[in-house]
Amino acid sequence: MSYAIQAENLTKRFGDFIAVNAITFDVKQGEIFGFLGANGAGKTTAIRMLIGLLSPTSGKAHVAGYDVFTQTENIKRSIGYMSQKFSLYEDLTVRENIRFYGGIYGLSDEHIKTKTDFLIRKLQLEDAADMMISSLPLGWKQKLSFSVAILHEPKIVFLDEPTGGVDPITRRQFWNLIYEAAADGVTIFVTTHYMDESEYCDRVSIMVDGRIEALDTPRGLKQTYAADSMNDVFVKLARPQKKEN
Amino acid sequence: MKSFRGFIIKEFYHIFRDKRTMLILFGMPVIQLILFGFAIRNEVNDARIAILDQSNDYMTQELTQKIVSSGYFILVEQLKPGGDIESVFKQNRVKEVIVFEPHFAQRLLRENKAAVQIIADATEPNMANLLINYTSSIIRDYQAGLRGQAGSPVQINPEVKMLYNPELKSVYLFVPGLIALLLMLVSALMTSITIAREKELGTMEILLVSPLKPAQIIIGKVIPYLFLSFVNTSTILLLARYVFGVPFHGSYGFFFFEAFLFVVTALSLGIMISTIADSQQTAMMFSLAGLMLPVIILSGFIFPVSSMPVVLQIISHIVPAKWFLIIVKGIMLKGAGIEYLWKETLILGGMMLFLISVSVKKFKIRLQ
Repeated sequence: MSYAIQAENLTKRFGDFIAVNAITFDVKQGEIFGFLGANGAGKTTAIRMLIGLLSPTSGKAHVAGYDVFTQTENIKRSIGYMSQKFSLYEDLTVRENIRFYGGIYGLSDEHIKTKTDFLIRKLQLEDAADMMISSLPLGWKQKLSFSVAILHEPKIVFLDEPTGGVDPITRRQFWNLIYEAAADGVTIFVTTHYMDESEYCDRVSIMVDGRIEALDTPRGLKQTYAADSMNDVFVKLARPQKKEN
Repeated sequence: MKSFRGFIIKEFYHIFRDKRTMLILFGMPVIQLILFGFAIRNEVNDARIAILDQSNDYMTQELTQKIVSSGYFILVEQLKPGGDIESVFKQNRVKEVIVFEPHFAQRLLRENKAAVQIIADATEPNMANLLINYTSSIIRDYQAGLRGQAGSPVQINPEVKMLYNPELKSVYLFVPGLIALLLMLVSALMTSITIAREKELGTMEILLVSPLKPAQIIIGKVIPYLFLSFVNTSTILLLARYVFGVPFHGSYGFFFFEAFLFVVTALSLGIMISTIADSQQTAMMFSLAGLMLPVIILSGFIFPVSSMPVVLQIISHIVPAKWFLIIVKGIMLKGAGIEYLWKETLILGGMMLFLISVSVKKFKIRLQ
């Protein structure tokens, strides 16, 4: 079994503050890996180190087989990324956005054309293809955003709270897209704070104060912590001191 | 390279689809040039004056005639002796009053001396100064004519020549300044805003995670503005030439070379600002306060640098627009080439290299 992501004691300090404290984990190829944690637990910092936006302080990590210290250029070519902030250009049309992102990943014109037609059909955006992104509903934008993030067929896609602010039905549709991509062999690394979503993941890690406190399948976690739902697991882990005292 | 081309096309979409950007890019140059060209003038035309003639002889009438026919003044009122001069000023009916003393011609011929009082409204000091100068010179001229008739033995006739701008048109002065101002506006302000915008919207992060190199992102963002700067400069030159009759004596090639130095300097400043500013609003504030004001006040655009206090003169040395202005005036109005302007060119080029290196360093490869 080869790994899409391997991290060993990966650490990031900002001055005296340790944002990410020696985290060790690996993600298998084609896996849907949930990366949970309360706000400020260090999720975003960890992702930024993995995608090459932030240089780690110490430890080791490989993404798609490339070193995060020295081979960030190779990493960038192998991954897709969708951030919390919405990543399409509001003043470009659906078609133009696909064209642009295909272009910066170096896809050929021909390839972009087929991809565009395929995507527009798949997302049922035929009528909206030449509309500005700004005029689309949020749910559509997010689905399109994800599709654009995997347009260049990356090995791994990082999703940073991709479903913020949309209704349950749209979220469900969004997760169908994620399953499809995973079925095609794309590794999914996703952060979320919707605990029901974490049940959709193959494995879940939970970060507390810069450390990974738990890492298992959702079922395994629920057993270990004798909880009914992932929500309970999360509460027990994120506030253990308060519970014990 | 292909991905880079797509990037630039995208940038043009942003520009052409945003009404405000379009207005700043294409409306501003025209509006500003027309405003500065027509509205803001240092020269005097049709200033309203009144005359209080206590003598009313042939000489005062000749003088009055001469003053009125000069084109600078309009006589709106003949005041009566004993009339209240101040009230004419308070009612803002005139800008200047000329008072001839009684028996003007008689005294001038007999005693070789006669007095004329010129009173100007100095709430606008520059205007008052100009009016007084114009009036005095008309009177001197008249006096010289009288002397000529009398055949006075000793005479010095100063022969004044106003080089490069014989009619003293202020539009000659404003056009070079306006080119500097607009290039600064388009290059620095717009670049800083467009980069800050990508940061604000979060798309910058996506770009930095993509295989595009930070240098490609920056260059891709500035090239459209570089291009538009030249379109703008050409528009201003054409308008200046054909609407306001401002001459262009120097070489266009040399001019555009210097404009390139200045634009790249301004673009670097814009990039620097965008590294500090996280939102479009902040970028705009920084650009307006930090770049526009120096260009308007310290470059010699409106206020001559040589008459500033020493401290400001020293500060003005680090304003790139000041050097660019000297160069543009030299090329356009004097027809000067590199042989005269090499020093200023070197300074501007040095500033450009310095700012490029600083801004590239500041534009962090890894976003914090």
